[in-house]
Amino acid sequence: MKKAINILVSLVMVAGLVSCNNGENKKGSKGQGGLATNAAEKVYVAPGEHDEYYAFFSGGYSGNLTVYGLPSGRMFKEIPVFSQFPTSGYGYSEETKPMFNTSFGFVPWDDSHHPDISQTGGKLDGRWIFINGNNTPRIARIDLETFETVEIIELPNSAGNHSSSFITENTEYVVAGTRFSVPVPQRDMPIKDYKGNFKGALSFISVDQETGRMGIKFQLMMPGFNYDLSHPGRDKSHGWFFFTTYNTEEANTLMEVNSSQNDKDFIAAVNWKVIEDYVNNGGGTKMPANYAHNVYDHDTHLATSTMEKEVLTVDPTKVPGAVFFLPTPKSPHGCDVDPTGEYIIGNGKLSADLTVHSFTKMLDAIENKKFDGEAYGIPILKFEDVLAGTVKQPGLGPLHTEFDGKGNAYTTFFISSEVVKWKLGTWEVLDRQPVFYSVGHGMIPGGNSREPFGKYFVAMNKITKDRYLPTGPELEHSAQLFDISGDKMELLLDFPTHGEPHYAAGIRADILKKNSKQFYKLADNKNPYATLSEADARVERKGNEVHIYMTTIRSHFTPDNIEGVKVGDKVFFHITNHEQDFDVPHGFAMIGANNAELLIMPGQTKTLVWEPKQVGVWPFYCTDFCSALHQEMQGYVRVSPANSNMELSWSLGED
Amino acid sequence: MKIIMKSLAAIAIVTLISCGGKEEKKSNDIQIGQKPAATEASTETTNASSDVKPSESVDLTNKGIGPIKNLELPAEIDQAMAAKGMEVYKTKCMACHKPDKKFIGPAPTGILERRTPEWIMNMILNPEEMTKNDPLAKALLIEFNGSPMANQNLTEEEARQVLEYFRTL
Ligand code: HEC
Ligand SMILES: [Cu+2]
Repeated sequence: MKKAINILVSLVMVAGLVSCNNGENKKGSKGQGGLATNAAEKVYVAPGEHDEYYAFFSGGYSGNLTVYGLPSGRMFKEIPVFSQFPTSGYGYSEETKPMFNTSFGFVPWDDSHHPDISQTGGKLDGRWIFINGNNTPRIARIDLETFETVEIIELPNSAGNHSSSFITENTEYVVAGTRFSVPVPQRDMPIKDYKGNFKGALSFISVDQETGRMGIKFQLMMPGFNYDLSHPGRDKSHGWFFFTTYNTEEANTLMEVNSSQNDKDFIAAVNWKVIEDYVNNGGGTKMPANYAHNVYDHDTHLATSTMEKEVLTVDPTKVPGAVFFLPTPKSPHGCDVDPTGEYIIGNGKLSADLTVHSFTKMLDAIENKKFDGEAYGIPILKFEDVLAGTVKQPGLGPLHTEFDGKGNAYTTFFISSEVVKWKLGTWEVLDRQPVFYSVGHGMIPGGNSREPFGKYFVAMNKITKDRYLPTGPELEHSAQLFDISGDKMELLLDFPTHGEPHYAAGIRADILKKNSKQFYKLADNKNPYATLSEADARVERKGNEVHIYMTTIRSHFTPDNIEGVKVGDKVFFHITNHEQDFDVPHGFAMIGANNAELLIMPGQTKTLVWEPKQVGVWPFYCTDFCSALHQEMQGYVRVSPANSNMELSWSLGED
Repeated sequence: MKIIMKSLAAIAIVTLISCGGKEEKKSNDIQIGQKPAATEASTETTNASSDVKPSESVDLTNKGIGPIKNLELPAEIDQAMAAKGMEVYKTKCMACHKPDKKFIGPAPTGILERRTPEWIMNMILNPEEMTKNDPLAKALLIEFNGSPMANQNLTEEEARQVLEYFRTL
């Protein structure tokens, strides 16, 4: 009996301990015990209140971009970018299918990596966010009023579009570099002849400041190395762009060994202003190309795809003063420039030390022509002449560095699973914190700009293991939020992310939220298939195409009874949502449709194709719980045999 | 002894559950055919002494809740303004209101004999608050089975034009 009581008493105690806080009674490596600190308070955003920052995480193999709030770590939205998204019909609706057009045809997936927010004068302005598709090289622009992907441009002569998409101080250019070098133009040739024959294209995509429209201004055709990551100069180094390279060996097989032979690879420093001048004065060579440029228009709610047939290429050896190589130890990954623009950090992933180059020293070395040979005609600067300093043995496997705007840098270490804070200029290590586990990139909101908001650091970890409840072999990747406002970093929160975030971009919430669109004005809807007045709702036949011009409002479709459709017809539901209020979408789902549903925002028109294969009376309904009478939001299409003489008819109510 | 054990066990269970309790709530989220508030509120707001439906009831004093506090209508109908109002009505209201016949919402014909101009304007401009806090609008919502009067985000000017159009009906 006593024993039983004891067991119960201890059960009560354990329950008390376990119930809300799993800090104390677990391994020391697990968290810092929320109750011992005020970490819980720091990430708590009371019901109904808003987060302080937006954070946009790339989705990696999800192809998308997810929107989170910081410090709460709550996910607000998944923005479909390079992947079809049945939730909204993106990439399935007739209006959005052209977004996936490429020179390879319809490519409804990609691997999205590095988002970057537009800037003016080196500060985040919150107009657009750009992100790269790695696999079938593309750059997308997302409008930050609507949080919708509005443009995708394909990149010719590229492969593994990884050193992308980073933005210059006034969003003059979105820059995209090829990770894999390829034959240019593509041709049938032996793989082993890679060396000396392949090229690495670095694309400078100009951005129209009014519309945001992208266009490839020029491609710099570099030697056939792998261009891993890149970063624009800031402030004093504005006008330059820096790219890390690896595989300067130009190996084409067993890369994990063969491309790690050289003691040093390069950071390529590109003076894009000089090249811009050269190009504006007629420099460069136009070469035939074939790449898709897809644009979504907010007034027509329609994407169009154009195949571009030409691209301007620039041979770096033809533009004096444009490109230099900075030797950097051991396959550098991240290429980061501090907010002042003075320091260029090469995170040599196989090196024990972090290498920091000085922009001032670089200019000096260039001016005094202190070259140490050349590679394919491009001058190599002397390592010692450009070196600002090294951070000695800070950890293992440095990948990427962010800045807090207070003179400190934060580097992620993949192999030793930690974030290390160090001081720019003195190179001393100030603090280190373990992460769980194997961190890739880190992010400080605004960290890519002249003025970082140095309050939080987010580590994007590659490995989750036991951090969360197990969910079978596959786990969401884990992010960890640190408070960096004090001398020491303080771990506040773990939260799961979607897909595999390779990088993120954060911005103060007040910059964006005032611009966020609430609904589309019906009066501005220029979709050619829109039904702007309910009286115009109708059904038309064109051969075996049936066009249903339908409207929705709480809680009915007009028309909701349709007859005269036949087996073998191709039925287009053109649906216009007549709501004019915030957050009242309607959904549309048709039984047996071989594509997806539509989620139609107020004032928007979307089109879904349905090819009925069976005779019968088939229902459709609204998928979004729109009102108390949502369950009544439904209708029927009568499908007659292919040879039937049934005339089209439609109705709603008694009329 | 037994009692102590039982209560200890109960405490243990309660404490264990306390933070996992969320999952249970999900189940009462959405139910087919549910008509929230309708049954509950009807007893409280329906005037038991009369059989007049809220849509047919006359209330020429209530100005409603919203931005419009006072509105004097000139004797003459401004036909140009009414024509503009009809255009707005066609694109933004017709999906739920037929001019002379009950549809999703009530027909506006003769509405100025039943309602004050201010109340009508406030119903158009501020329907969420009206159907929540104005007794007449609340009763209407119930009569119409909880089907919401949509906020179509008209400007005050547009709402005024629609009101002028209503005068012609
Ligand atoms: C989604 C359907 C819907 C739309 C669109 C809609 N209404 Fe309504 N309206 C209703 C319903 C339903 C009611 C009854 C009250 C309720 O259920 O909330 C109503 C009530 C009203 C009333 C009160 C009527 C009375 O007899 O007391 C007025 C006035 C009104 N609406 C005007 C408008 C105007 C003007 C527009 C266009 C700008 C409009 N409505 C658009 C559904 C709608
Ligand atoms: Cu609906």
